[in-house]
Amino acid sequence: MEDSIDVKEVKLTAKDFASDQDVRWCPGCGDYSILAQVQRTFPDIGVKKENIVWVSGIGCSSRFPYYMSTYGFHGIHGRAPAIATGLKVARPDLSVWVATGDGDLLSIGGNHFIHACRKNVDLKILLFNNRIYGLTKGQYSPTSEKGKITKSTPFGSVDYPFNPISLALGAEATFVARTIDREPKHMQEMIKRAAAHKGIAFIEVFQNCNIFNDGAYELLTDKETKADNVVILEHNKPLVFGKEGNKGIKLDGFKPVVVDLTDGKYSVNDLWVHDEHDESPARAFILSQFTEIPNMPTPIGVFRAIIKETYDAGVEDQIKRITEKKGKGDLKSLLYSGNTWEVN
Amino acid sequence: MEKEKTTEKEIQNLNEVTVRFAGDSGDGMQLTGTQFSDTTALFGNDLGTLPDYPAEIRAPAGTLYGVSGFQVHFSSEDIHTPGDTPDVLVAMNPAALKINLKDLKPNGMIIANTDSFDMKNLKMAGYDSNPLEDGSLSNYKVFPVPITSLTSNALKESTLSTKEITRCKNFFALGLTYWLFNRPIEPTLEWIKDKFSKRPELVEANSTALKAGYYFGDSTEIFTTRYQVEPAHLPKGTYRNISGNEAIALGFVAASLKSNLPLFLGSYPITPASDILHYLSTYKNYGVKTFQAEDEIAGITAAIGAAYGGSLAITTTSGPGMALKTEAMGLAVMTELPVVIINIQRGGPSTGLPTKTEQADLFQAVFGRNGEAPIPVLATSTPSDCFYMAIEAARIAIKYMTPVILLSDGYIANGSEPWRLPKPEEIADIPVKFVKDKEGFAPYNRNEYLARPWAVPGTPGLEHRIGGLEKAHITGNVSYDPENHEFMVRLRARKVQNVQNDIPDLTVIGEQEGELLVLGWGGTYGAITEAVKKAQKDGLKVSQAHLKYLFPMPKNTKDVLKRFKKILIPELNLGQLATIIRAQFLVEPISLTKIKGLPFKTSEVYNKIKEIFGGNNGR
Repeated sequence: MEDSIDVKEVKLTAKDFASDQDVRWCPGCGDYSILAQVQRTFPDIGVKKENIVWVSGIGCSSRFPYYMSTYGFHGIHGRAPAIATGLKVARPDLSVWVATGDGDLLSIGGNHFIHACRKNVDLKILLFNNRIYGLTKGQYSPTSEKGKITKSTPFGSVDYPFNPISLALGAEATFVARTIDREPKHMQEMIKRAAAHKGIAFIEVFQNCNIFNDGAYELLTDKETKADNVVILEHNKPLVFGKEGNKGIKLDGFKPVVVDLTDGKYSVNDLWVHDEHDESPARAFILSQFTEIPNMPTPIGVFRAIIKETYDAGVEDQIKRITEKKGKGDLKSLLYSGNTWEVN
Repeated sequence: MEKEKTTEKEIQNLNEVTVRFAGDSGDGMQLTGTQFSDTTALFGNDLGTLPDYPAEIRAPAGTLYGVSGFQVHFSSEDIHTPGDTPDVLVAMNPAALKINLKDLKPNGMIIANTDSFDMKNLKMAGYDSNPLEDGSLSNYKVFPVPITSLTSNALKESTLSTKEITRCKNFFALGLTYWLFNRPIEPTLEWIKDKFSKRPELVEANSTALKAGYYFGDSTEIFTTRYQVEPAHLPKGTYRNISGNEAIALGFVAASLKSNLPLFLGSYPITPASDILHYLSTYKNYGVKTFQAEDEIAGITAAIGAAYGGSLAITTTSGPGMALKTEAMGLAVMTELPVVIINIQRGGPSTGLPTKTEQADLFQAVFGRNGEAPIPVLATSTPSDCFYMAIEAARIAIKYMTPVILLSDGYIANGSEPWRLPKPEEIADIPVKFVKDKEGFAPYNRNEYLARPWAVPGTPGLEHRIGGLEKAHITGNVSYDPENHEFMVRLRARKVQNVQNDIPDLTVIGEQEGELLVLGWGGTYGAITEAVKKAQKDGLKVSQAHLKYLFPMPKNTKDVLKRFKKILIPELNLGQLATIIRAQFLVEPISLTKIKGLPFKTSEVYNKIKEIFGGNNGR
């Protein structure tokens, strides 16, 4: 029996996670909401402040670490997942978070992103997706829609955009979710879920840039339109949306179909029941493609949450096993190994 | 085969011999050369090696561009190079003969695999007639040996396929060479047993081929003499044969043990650096973490992340990979984290000559970053020196909280030499102090070496933010203040310059002042050393100094340079060190340059020295 010591954990608050630095985002930026939700949820994620590290790349989003009173590393363009991977592999005891934007993560950092997903490094990646380059003042980004008119595409972009959720699922990330800057409660829930996940956790946050791409997600955030344009993913629940829950989604083979629940033809029992623990990413991928189909609602919530061994745990485990087998190495045996001979 | 015949052959004593094995890239010449070197090292000779192979994994058989060679120089005396001109050439096919003949010593020995000298191979090598028969090799001692068919004969009982049997011919050639130079075959028999333990039929076949080659030398009439090179009089101690890349790997594991920091390697495979990743990957029970990254940039940035977390972090690469790491090196400068960047130089620019050596990344190491981004630059000089310079690079990185660049090159990396092993207690500890105390902590405070504190995540109360943006002095907050920027630029420069206080003086071998100083850096050490020794024996007043610290240079460098009338700088580039020396010390060195993907021959440096003295000057 351990001695019973009465330890009163000091309960931290959102304020304890705010640093002494002035926040310098443009007034009205969606980043403020993300910062606020992170600060609000972090007292509850069960990790001590000193064991949390925020790593970032370059962009408006990437100033995030300066505003958190945890450990922070503001890196270089696109490389946050790689810096974070090195840190997490070296220090599996830390909770390592990445704050990044659509340009940072999906353009210059695309390579690191897919490999962090593939390896299932235990990182939490928050993608602030505003579909525009903010800090470089308004060029189109890898998530900008085709035809987008910006400073670098005055006649419209001819690029096809990345779908970040599809990309993460394609790279077989073990936790994939989406939320919206204007949905604080939902975002808090997603952050908590990501924090609790063992392995890579990717959250796409639809985030408004009111300077260069204002209203990009208006349909999903406007009180009048959002119910008909957003479907909330919940594990084991049928896909129901619409103002009065009057619409549902049914899966016809690989094809999702919107059905009316009021005309008596279909009931909730006919609908697609979401399973976030499905080992195969195939259905989650179909969900992620809703945004590509006209009139389909945009899913928010957890697309996928499965458990498999993390990269960092694999590294630790291998070291443990080899050390048990060979014994802990010492300098003498290191130097004097192989074919040696004596000269007298 | 009658073993007792051995005694009938004459044994001739030699001081030193250079043997070159050459064949197709599929003939196993690198393996043959390595085995010969290891056995020769165990036998007690001093030695130097030069592997020389094409970048293609297996170029079409018989082609000139597919020739792979391995040269071993061994001696009963102290030597420093793989030898200028081979005494013996083992040529497995006409192409190997054609490519290598020009280097062979006059009257040198050629052991040729006659089976491969057929019309097809001769044509492919560009021979109109068979050089073994047309008298064109009359200046050499030619020993035609049907190596392939003798191997097949020896293995006629084997269950292996014809193709597999033919592949054993390199062991026959190795056995024959062992006999010729009176080396034991047992170490290789052991090696074969270990290497092919999962395929007993290969153990059997390769062992038989090796023995058959050995006994062939004994029983055939064509060899009347065998040669003996007595063990060298090396200093007392325990030795092992070591290549530069293996020594670097051992050096960083040693630095990890001596600093009590876990070793983290972030790396992307690239020739000729990959072997370091391979070696370190086997040291898991030393707590070594190797991260094979998705690209070079991830390799170094992961290392930076690991350094931030409190590891001894390193990244290994070669020229093109170094170029990709450039931006991240600047980040390490700004965040003042200890990361060692190891560049095993190869021929450039761009992809250049992947398997060939060069020293042309010096400018890149010293200057190649945006902004004022000073990084200490160290260079290794020999394979065994790699061990000590790795530890030194780690020591400086940790003590000064700075990235450090360690330069090696393909020649040192793949070459090997006997190394007298240090006793573990002879290697100094590397003190490390992680800050724990909240009191007076600021992320950009400085100690007496101007190093900032290493405060690793997980330490309560020291939460702070670092990054690539300019830092305010002491607080480490982001700062665009013009005064602060200039202050910080100068501070970082001063910090790196201070490393000068902590490194050994440049030593002069030979007269301390005089006519000519041959100043070298990196892998040219061996050729310069032998050339200078030879010139000194001629009575020339020539001295040698070798720079292992390229930035900053030892404090006495200027003083040393001023004591000599002339400075000769041999380099495998267009004169990069010469340019830096001229700029830094306002002296006018003579440049000796070579950019052929090959190391200097002793004679090339020696001839230049003679030329400078212009006859009898300086005697």
